[in-house]
Amino acid sequence: MLIVEGMPLLYLELAVGQRMRQGSIGAWRTISPYLSGVGVASVVVSFFLSMYYNVINAWAFWYLFHSFQDPLPWSVCPVNGNRTGYDEECEKATSTQYFWYRKTLNISPSIQENGAVQWEPALCLILAWLLVYLCILRGTESTGKVVYFTASLPYCVLLIYLIRGLTLHGATNGLVYMFTPKMEQLANPKAWINAATQIFFSLGLGFGSLIAFASYNEPSNDCQKHAIIVSLLNSSTSIFASVVTFSIYGFKATFNYESCLNKVILLLTNSFDLEDGFLTASNLEQVKGYLASAYPSKYNEVFPQIKNCSLETELDTAVQGTGLAFIVYTEAIKNMEVSQLWSVLYFFMLLMLGIGSMLGNTAAILTPLTDSKAISSYLPKEAISGLVCFVNCAIGMVFTTEAGNYWFDIFNDYAATLSLLLIVLVETVAVCYLYGLRRFESDLRAMTGRKLSWYWKAMWAGVSPLLIVSLFVFYLSDYIMTGTLRYQAWDASEGQLVTKDYPPYALAIIGLLVASSTMCIPLVALGTFITRCLKRGDTVPGA
Amino acid sequence: MRQNNSITQETQEGPRLRKYAWDTNEEYLFKAMVAFSMRKVPNRETTEISHVLLCNVTQRVSFWFVVTDPSKTHTLPAVEIQSAIRMNRNRINNAFFLNDQTLEFLRIPSTLAPPTDPPVPIWIIIFGVIFCIVIVATMLLILSGIQQHRRKNEGPSEMEDTEDKCENTITVENGIPCDPLDMKGGHINDAFMTEDERLTPL
Repeated sequence: MLIVEGMPLLYLELAVGQRMRQGSIGAWRTISPYLSGVGVASVVVSFFLSMYYNVINAWAFWYLFHSFQDPLPWSVCPVNGNRTGYDEECEKATSTQYFWYRKTLNISPSIQENGAVQWEPALCLILAWLLVYLCILRGTESTGKVVYFTASLPYCVLLIYLIRGLTLHGATNGLVYMFTPKMEQLANPKAWINAATQIFFSLGLGFGSLIAFASYNEPSNDCQKHAIIVSLLNSSTSIFASVVTFSIYGFKATFNYESCLNKVILLLTNSFDLEDGFLTASNLEQVKGYLASAYPSKYNEVFPQIKNCSLETELDTAVQGTGLAFIVYTEAIKNMEVSQLWSVLYFFMLLMLGIGSMLGNTAAILTPLTDSKAISSYLPKEAISGLVCFVNCAIGMVFTTEAGNYWFDIFNDYAATLSLLLIVLVETVAVCYLYGLRRFESDLRAMTGRKLSWYWKAMWAGVSPLLIVSLFVFYLSDYIMTGTLRYQAWDASEGQLVTKDYPPYALAIIGLLVASSTMCIPLVALGTFITRCLKRGDTVPGA
Repeated sequence: MRQNNSITQETQEGPRLRKYAWDTNEEYLFKAMVAFSMRKVPNRETTEISHVLLCNVTQRVSFWFVVTDPSKTHTLPAVEIQSAIRMNRNRINNAFFLNDQTLEFLRIPSTLAPPTDPPVPIWIIIFGVIFCIVIVATMLLILSGIQQHRRKNEGPSEMEDTEDKCENTITVENGIPCDPLDMKGGHINDAFMTEDERLTPL
C-alpha cells in the first residue's frame, strides 16, 4: 500500500506545490482554471477537520491536568450515596470507562438528546485553540520552529515508553499477538481497504496542507528524495509506535486475565470453603472438574458466575481511535508503578502529536486565504488566523455538549473519507491527463534537474487512480449494502456500548458533509465555464 | 428461625500469599472482639466471651457465629450484632492485622472511605497556570507584531516624502539616499546640488 499508493501520491502533491508556489486553490487554478474546485474542496475538508480535531487535544489537556492527582481519578470508582458501595454505573463498566464516558464526556444515551455545553471540556477546548493560535500567529516561519519541537518530542517519549513497555510483565504476549500473521484476517479484503485508507490519512494526502507547505520550498528542492524519506519514516514510525502499543496492550490483557483468574479462584474458594492456596492458576481446570463431579448441585449454582478467562479474548478486544487512546491506555497506565509520571508523559506526547496535526490543518486553510489578495489586503495575517481560530472554536462547542461525542464520531468517520478519495483521484487524473504528464515531467526536470523515472509515471498514470477508484467503489457498495448507518451509544444502565441507528437529521448532516466538499469540484468547474462563456459572449458582439 | 451471622476470612491473593494461621487462640480472640463490640451497645454491657458461639468452622477459615443473651436461652437479633460490628469494624480488623477485603463479614457491608476532595480541584489550578502562560505569550507576540507593522508603516512614508524632493538627484546620481541629508535638517535645493557638496560630510 505504501509503495503503490502512498509514495507516488505524496511525491505528486509535493511536486505540484513546489512548482506552482501557491496554496491549494491557486495551485490547481494554475493547472487548469476549471480545477480550482479541487483546491476549494481541500480547504473545505481541512476546515471540517480542524473543527473537530482540536476536541481531541481538549480531551488530552483534560486528562493531562487530571494526571497530577494521587490516586489517578480513573483508577478508582467514586462511592455511591450512602457509602456502602461504588457508583452503580462504575461497577457495571470499568473505572476507566466510567471516567471517560461520565466524567469527561458526560455522555447522553443517544444522539437525539443534546444536553448542555459542559463547561470543563469547553474550557479545555478554548485553551487548545489558544495554543494553536499562538503557534500559527506568525505564519509558516514560526510554525516551522514549533514543529521541530512537536515532531521530535513524541519520538523521545515513545522511546521511553518502549523501554518501559518491553519490561512490563506480559508484554511479550502482546508482541507475539502482533507479529503472528492471522491468515483469515489477511484474506479479508476489509483489512486491505483499511490499510489503504490508513496510508492516505497518515500521510495527509488531499488536505492541501502538503501543497501549502511545499509551496514554501525552494524551487530547486529535491522533492522526490523528500517524498521517499518522508513516507518511509512515516511507516517505520507507525511500526515503532505499534510495537509500543502492543507491548502495553499485552500487559493490560495479561493483567486483566490474571485478575479474572483470581476472581474465579476466590469465588470457588469461598463457595466450597477450600483451603487457601489450594487453587492456583495451573490446577484450576482440574479442580473445577473435580468439584463439578463431587458437588454437582452446588457447582451448578455457582457456575453462572464463573467467567471463562482467556488471554485470547482479552487480546482480541481490539479498539481503535479515541477509545484506544483514552480508555485502553489509561487502563494500562493505572496499573504501572508511578502511574502519574507515565500518564503525564503519555498525554503530553498525545498533545504534541495533536497540535502538530492541527498546525498542518490550519496551514492548509490559511495559506490560500493569505494568498488571495482580496482578503489579505483588508486584514493582517494575525487577524485572519485569529478569525479562523475563533470561528472553529465556536463551532467546536457543539462537540462539548452531552451528545458531542456522537457528533464527533460522525465527523471523524464521514467528513474526510470519501471526499479525500475523490480529491486525490481528481488530482492525479488532472496532473496526468489534463495538464499532461510530459509537460509536468519537463517542468520537474527544469525545476529540480532530476529525470522522472518510469516507476513514478506508471504509478501516477495507471495504478494509483485504479486503486483509488476501487476503494471508492468499495465504500459506496458497503454503504448501499448495509442500508443504514449505525453508531455506538453508551448505555449508562448497562455499562456498555449499544448499537443504534442514526436519526434522519443526522443522516442528512452526514450527506451534507460529504456533499459540501465533493460538490465543490463540479460546481466551481461549472461556474468557471459559465463565466468564460459569458465573457466570450461579451467580446464577440464587440469585435 | 435462627438468625446467624456468617464470617468468611480470606487471605490476600497474589505474590504475598501467606496462609493465615487459624487456631483456637485466634478463635478466642475473635470471640473476645465480638463480645467487646456487643458490650459497647447500651443494653448489652454484660456480654461475656462465653456468650459468643462459633460453629461450622472450615479449613477455609470461615464459620458461623451467634451471640446469646446472658441467660443463654436465645440468640440476639442479627441486626443488633451487625450494627455493633459495623461500629467497631476497624478495631476488629486491626486485631487480626487484616482489612475489609481480607476479613469479610457476610451481610455486613463495609463503609467505604469518602474520596478526598480538595477545596479547589487540582486540575483547575494547573489549567489556570497554563492558560495564563498561553495568553501572556499570545499578547506578547501580537504586540510585537503590531510594533513591527508600525515601524514598517513609518519607514515607507518617510521614503515617499523625500523621494519627491530627491527625484532630480536620483535621476542624476542613481540612488543617493536622501535620508541622511534630510535628517540633518534644513532644506535641500536640488538644483544646486553638486557632487562635492554631497560627498562632504556635514
